[in-house]
Amino acid sequence: MGTFSFSLVSPEKVLLEQDVSMVVIPGLEGDIGVLPGHAPLLTLLRPGVVKVYEEEKILVKIFVDGGFSEITPERCMTLVTEGIPLESLDKASLEIEIKNLLEDLNDSQTAEERKEADRNLEISRAKLLEIMAYQKAS
Amino acid sequence: MATLKALRDRRKSVLSTQKITMAMKMVAGAKLRRAQEQVEASRPYAFRMREMLRDLAENTQALESPQPLLIGTGKTDTHLIVIATSDRGLCGPFNSSLIRHSRKLITSFQGQGQRVKLFCVGRKGKEVLSREYKDLIVESFTEIGHPRLRFSEAQRIADSLLNMYEDGLFDMCTIIFNHFKSAMIQEVTTQQLIPVRVDSPEKKPSFSPLKAIYEYEPSESTILDQLLPQNIAVQVYNALLENAASEQGARMTAMDSANRNAGDMIRKLTLAYNRTRQAHITRELIEIISGAEALH
Repeated sequence: MGTFSFSLVSPEKVLLEQDVSMVVIPGLEGDIGVLPGHAPLLTLLRPGVVKVYEEEKILVKIFVDGGFSEITPERCMTLVTEGIPLESLDKASLEIEIKNLLEDLNDSQTAEERKEADRNLEISRAKLLEIMAYQKAS
Repeated sequence: MATLKALRDRRKSVLSTQKITMAMKMVAGAKLRRAQEQVEASRPYAFRMREMLRDLAENTQALESPQPLLIGTGKTDTHLIVIATSDRGLCGPFNSSLIRHSRKLITSFQGQGQRVKLFCVGRKGKEVLSREYKDLIVESFTEIGHPRLRFSEAQRIADSLLNMYEDGLFDMCTIIFNHFKSAMIQEVTTQQLIPVRVDSPEKKPSFSPLKAIYEYEPSESTILDQLLPQNIAVQVYNALLENAASEQGARMTAMDSANRNAGDMIRKLTLAYNRTRQAHITRELIEIISGAEALH
């Protein structure tokens, strides 16, 4: 099976850049599996997990908090705000974080504050969901 | 002729000045390394972002909704200049060259009949510019990026820019900062942020079959709505990082030469001190000898 070049970049660093055989990215309207020769596509990402495959095996799972992905037949370029390896997420601290964020949401006065708290909550919830799924699987 | 004590005191004070410049140089050197790593890490994202935007712009035939961030408001009346300076001084010509450049830019825009507004990032620029252009400063951020600039901070600046743009407070926006070339060389750079200037807008390929035609998910305008503000944040982030690295580089160079100057001065003072001491001893000896001779 062929490979294509995949890069996962955040503003603070290049998280991953290598040839892979498949990646699954969390598209806004559902997960997208990318193989070599994929039709050109530009998509938004939702908070979720990027899975990188090399020869049928999962190489890494990285949690990303949303971003963009540009896919052409030869490459897949994914720009995210932040990426964290899935196994370094901690369930207990996430639950506390969600509790705090819920309070923030209740305390928020302006529409802007509400929007930000809402977004952070969405990210943390997605993190929790993914870590739970990951722990169940392993 | 200065007395021995005065010379000794001066030499001591220059010595402690040298200690300070030496320490500052080493601190700046350490910070420079970190800042340099950070700026180099941020370049790929900024670069790829531009690439993505270029691909998008090339493929965009007719937009369903107008994108003022991409094409502008159609007016060029008010120009916002974002001036990125440092919070601390003692970094050679770093801030002064930025400010000199800004002044030139302001006059040239005003010469073209535009209204100019200023957005200061960093304490030094704000202090100096508020003396001359107090009425033009509309917003300022200080104490940004200590000890290390995070993306969220750049995002905050970008958000405030975008809010002002949405409220129609300006039509164009340019950022001015020091581009980091090396520890010795920093280059004052101006970059237009709004409307986004996509590289080589002239040579639009006339629909070559080789060129990929993208599909969009969810839709072109939704993606642009997200991509364009993000792009502003990334460009601001990149500019501020370049600036931070340049600041440390400039400080290191400035402190290095200050250190050398202090060394020269110490050498001169030590020489003068030793000569005076010698002269003193010689004079005393002469006095003793001539006193003894007088007794005979």
